[in-house]
Amino acid sequence: MAFLEIDDVHKSYGHHEVLKGVTLNVERHEVVCLIGASGSGKSTLLRCVNALEEIQQGEIRIEGDTVTGAGVDLNALRRDVGIVFQSYNLFPHMSVLDNVMLAPIRVGGVNRRAALERAERLLESVGMQDKAKSYPDMLSGGQQQRVAIVRALAMQPRVMLLDEITAALDPELVGDVLEIVRELAHGGLTMLLATHEMGFAKEVASQVCFLDAGQILERGSAQQIFEDPQEPRTQQFLSRVVKSGRL
Amino acid sequence: MSASSLVTEELQPSPSPSPPRPVYRLAVVALVLAAAVTAVMIKGALMLRDYNHDGWLATTIGVVLVVLSLYAWVPCARAFVGARERGALLAQGELVPSRRVAARAREEANISMGYAAAGLIVAGLLIFLFANSGGVASTFFAIDPIKQSFHQVIHAFWTNIWVACVSEVLVLLLGLLVAIVRMLPGRAGMPLRMIAIVYCDVFRAIPAIVVIFLIVFGLPLTGVHFFVTMSTTWLGIIALTLTYTAYVSEVYRAGLASIHPSQSAAARSLGLGYVQTLRTVLVPQAVRRVIPPLLNDFISLQKDTALLSTAAIAEALLVSKLWESQLFNLSPVVLVAAFFIIITIPQARFVDYLIDRDAARRAGK
Repeated sequence: MAFLEIDDVHKSYGHHEVLKGVTLNVERHEVVCLIGASGSGKSTLLRCVNALEEIQQGEIRIEGDTVTGAGVDLNALRRDVGIVFQSYNLFPHMSVLDNVMLAPIRVGGVNRRAALERAERLLESVGMQDKAKSYPDMLSGGQQQRVAIVRALAMQPRVMLLDEITAALDPELVGDVLEIVRELAHGGLTMLLATHEMGFAKEVASQVCFLDAGQILERGSAQQIFEDPQEPRTQQFLSRVVKSGRL
Repeated sequence: MSASSLVTEELQPSPSPSPPRPVYRLAVVALVLAAAVTAVMIKGALMLRDYNHDGWLATTIGVVLVVLSLYAWVPCARAFVGARERGALLAQGELVPSRRVAARAREEANISMGYAAAGLIVAGLLIFLFANSGGVASTFFAIDPIKQSFHQVIHAFWTNIWVACVSEVLVLLLGLLVAIVRMLPGRAGMPLRMIAIVYCDVFRAIPAIVVIFLIVFGLPLTGVHFFVTMSTTWLGIIALTLTYTAYVSEVYRAGLASIHPSQSAAARSLGLGYVQTLRTVLVPQAVRRVIPPLLNDFISLQKDTALLSTAAIAEALLVSKLWESQLFNLSPVVLVAAFFIIITIPQARFVDYLIDRDAARRAGK
């Protein structure tokens, strides 16, 4: 039994089927990278795991417990499953510190002092301690994204979902954010990430899945996918990525 | 032949150097306007002086207005100087300096015309005020009726302020409640949603004056003890609250709808529940955004307290109308208008200040 099991998941918006039976197992401490063109269903899959999207068919299990369908305590699930978005989505009316402390205090039942201590420690470890009192609009994209990662980590999730978290960043800010993800990977955090950073995927992924039109077309180790892709669609996608100078 | 089909050989032809734009015509128009405003202002000032029987205050104000109207001549003169300079530079073949001088001179002529146009409006109002030997002034701005009624009218105006303040607090809370009820999710929320929609539709449709009439006169007639013993002022507060809650709930709803769904997704993904998300993430942001339109509705509400005069509630308009019928002069009613202006303008400035402060804080200044 894998830690996170995604079992034949179907998702449609109206008549448009975005996920057409995705099956994927993620072991504990594993880092799984989802690659594929825009619209292939990477983000939707992540949002389904977090129950931000309802699925029409199939099942998702975490440690054997079904977390899809009626009767699941979604708030409890989301405490376990952190997500970081492409557009950061920090709360603009709260300071950095309040952004990080909100969920531990309101949801985790941590007292204010403990939450503050933890938030400050986390901010320090991503080099954001000086910005604790700042508001999100005062920060660069890279800084906002680091805060967003910390905000998700503050709930001590068992698995993190990263949804193209560097796609909206200026090239010179990408490195700082990836460095944090690299550290999380080395620390053994289970992660499922959608990314366009092929070089990074190659480096951290224990498993790479190529999504195409709502299905996982090919999966394997990073070496296997990037150096010896079997499917024509995968080959085509990767050659385009190489042409655009991103691999 | 170009190496790329994206770049063509046929480029735009080089432009010939553009001559300086003409100035004299514009300066002459400015001159005519400046002369007109001075003439009209002198006429208005004379009427002001005559109406006040050569009183020193009226004479001084008249002189000041005429002097101010002369200001339009200054940029006008600069425009003429610039026009001459333009010609001289152009004759020497100094194209670029000549263009710059011409541009500045035209700007001066425009400034002169701007002042003159504003001055004409002021002078026109002045003449209107003292037309028919000061008929307008004595109808609306007679000093004696204002003095006589001032004490009672300002006392009655406290009722307007009290009604407005209490209604505003109630509207602020109930409006948010109705807006949230209208956004309740799912089938479970459907019946309440429907009630909220019907309430908003009905009370936005009925004119405030009709609601006031029905509530203030009608509720005591029902014989229900609670309403019979209630003061008419409180009944008026109920009427205004019912009307304005419907409007304000729409403002709140627009504010909540304007928060990007990603904010809600971020909050929910952290494990915050529906109510927690509303309370800590959506409502605080929505309220900040809707402060300006909210104040708009509140100014409307404050003004509509004057409608309570139709329900025989002794507020400022009712009292001033009693004075009007006694003195056969409208000035006490103008006094009420002045009170409304005085309370409204500071609020508008205060909200501007709040918006600036919020923006500055977020931008870290």
